[in-house]
Amino acid sequence: MTGKKVMKTINYSLFYGDFKALNSITMDIPVNRITAIIGPSGCGKSSLIRSFNRMNDLIGNMRTDGSILIDGKDVYSQDVVELRRKVGMVFQRPNPFPKSIFDNAAYGPRIHGIRDKSELAAIVEHSIRDAALWDEVKDDLGKSAFTLSGGQQQRLCIARALAVEPEVILMDEPASALDPVATLKIEELMEKLKSKYTIVVVTHNMQQAARVSDFTAFLLTDLERSGNLIEFGPTREMFTNPVDSRTEDYISGRFG
Amino acid sequence: MRKNKRRLDAAMKNSLLFAALASILIVMLIGVFTFREALPAFRDIGLEKLLTESVWRPGEGQYGILAMIAGSGLVTAGAVILGVPLALGCAIFLSEIAHPNLRALVKPCVELLAGIPSVVYGLFGMVIIVPIVRGIDMPGNTGFGLFSASIVLAVMILPTITSVAEHAIRSVPKEFREGSLALGATKWETIQKVVIPGARSGIISAIVLGLGRALGETIAMIMVIGNSVIIPAASTGNPLSIFLSRARTLTGNIAVEINYATGLHESALFATGVILFVLIMIVNSSAKYLMSHGNTGKNR
Repeated sequence: MTGKKVMKTINYSLFYGDFKALNSITMDIPVNRITAIIGPSGCGKSSLIRSFNRMNDLIGNMRTDGSILIDGKDVYSQDVVELRRKVGMVFQRPNPFPKSIFDNAAYGPRIHGIRDKSELAAIVEHSIRDAALWDEVKDDLGKSAFTLSGGQQQRLCIARALAVEPEVILMDEPASALDPVATLKIEELMEKLKSKYTIVVVTHNMQQAARVSDFTAFLLTDLERSGNLIEFGPTREMFTNPVDSRTEDYISGRFG
Repeated sequence: MRKNKRRLDAAMKNSLLFAALASILIVMLIGVFTFREALPAFRDIGLEKLLTESVWRPGEGQYGILAMIAGSGLVTAGAVILGVPLALGCAIFLSEIAHPNLRALVKPCVELLAGIPSVVYGLFGMVIIVPIVRGIDMPGNTGFGLFSASIVLAVMILPTITSVAEHAIRSVPKEFREGSLALGATKWETIQKVVIPGARSGIISAIVLGLGRALGETIAMIMVIGNSVIIPAASTGNPLSIFLSRARTLTGNIAVEINYATGLHESALFATGVILFVLIMIVNSSAKYLMSHGNTGKNR
């Protein structure tokens, strides 16, 4: 409600070689809100969300145009390690490390130099609690993370991201590999987390976008197969009264 | 038409089955034959004496192979100590760091090492390594010995360990790397804390496979190790000088003497072969075990 914009993209374009994956995206992502990015497959949703923490850097011959600002600083002109500490990410498929539950949650803090055992234990408990997983795992922290169910693993991955105290959490289709009950838990968790964090979520599930998000960005490919931002606005307005006819077609299920 | 096809199918199946059975049969024949030839030695000398006596003087009826066991053990240990860090470094470089173009250049080179005949390694050892090692100023150092042999052997096991370990590292799921990087870990931290632990079982079996290869190497060892039947010992106060000692490997023992051995002597050489056979089988099956019971993390 402060109106402070934590993240924004300004005429941001992304190229893989000669292919332009994103075409001049400009949008503001409000603080402490959930912003959903929706659109059909291949429209650049993942490319866009992975730009915020520069995970696209891993792809060779990638280049960008325009800028993405976080707290007023261009992501491409800051230290990528520091950026990723500030901007956490949860992936499509739960990807806990082949380590114990405790070591998974403690991974980030350890990387960032916390050695003190009691401090680590406190961070681990705090972040697993915040990820609504504590009651289920508190007696099994030494067990392998692979003993958990898919939904629990995903919440552990959220806990792992929370443990480094990010400002922003990016979620790339966080529930697409989960069953409906586990999905619901993740959605409830997102709702809870937004009081402390700014959340950006990619989803191909329109109902999910409508249920959880406060703002929605709708992407669509143009004739050159580049992703364009068609419409951005408060989710309720967009779903009840879309401005662009293509948005209306998409959310009413006419394509995609 | 269809009948013909079915008959062809059956014929194919049978000939492939025959090929498979033939290879099993050959392995069994070698095992049985070696063991049969070794039987007089096991009977007349006894397994215990063979394994524990350190004197090998076939002319005087003394058949202890402890010196050769020590020689094989030490040269293998030396090769592992020298070769494993190099091989793992190479594997990590190839799988995690090298640009694809560089990888396409380096990997075939490493694989080429596996194709060089071992007698060529032996020549290289004699002409290059031995004279260099001879330069180390220690009493009794001739250049021929465990150290030179370990260096040569380290290069010989490099391609085996590198390619198996590289494969293990590459099969660590990409998601683990992304998860780590997304938490702000550097590439090196990710390699160290996620990738290598994730590939641990594959890396261990790579080392064990290299070990098996090292134990079996013969001709290159004969050419550089000196072949004296002595239990290697340190010649000075420095315990590392043990590696300047000459030695003989189990394999070398067989190859050097089999041409003129007769009777019990010949049988004792076959017994050496049986012991080597068993050793390598233990090493290889533990590598297999480690590989199949490994935790790449995917389904633990």
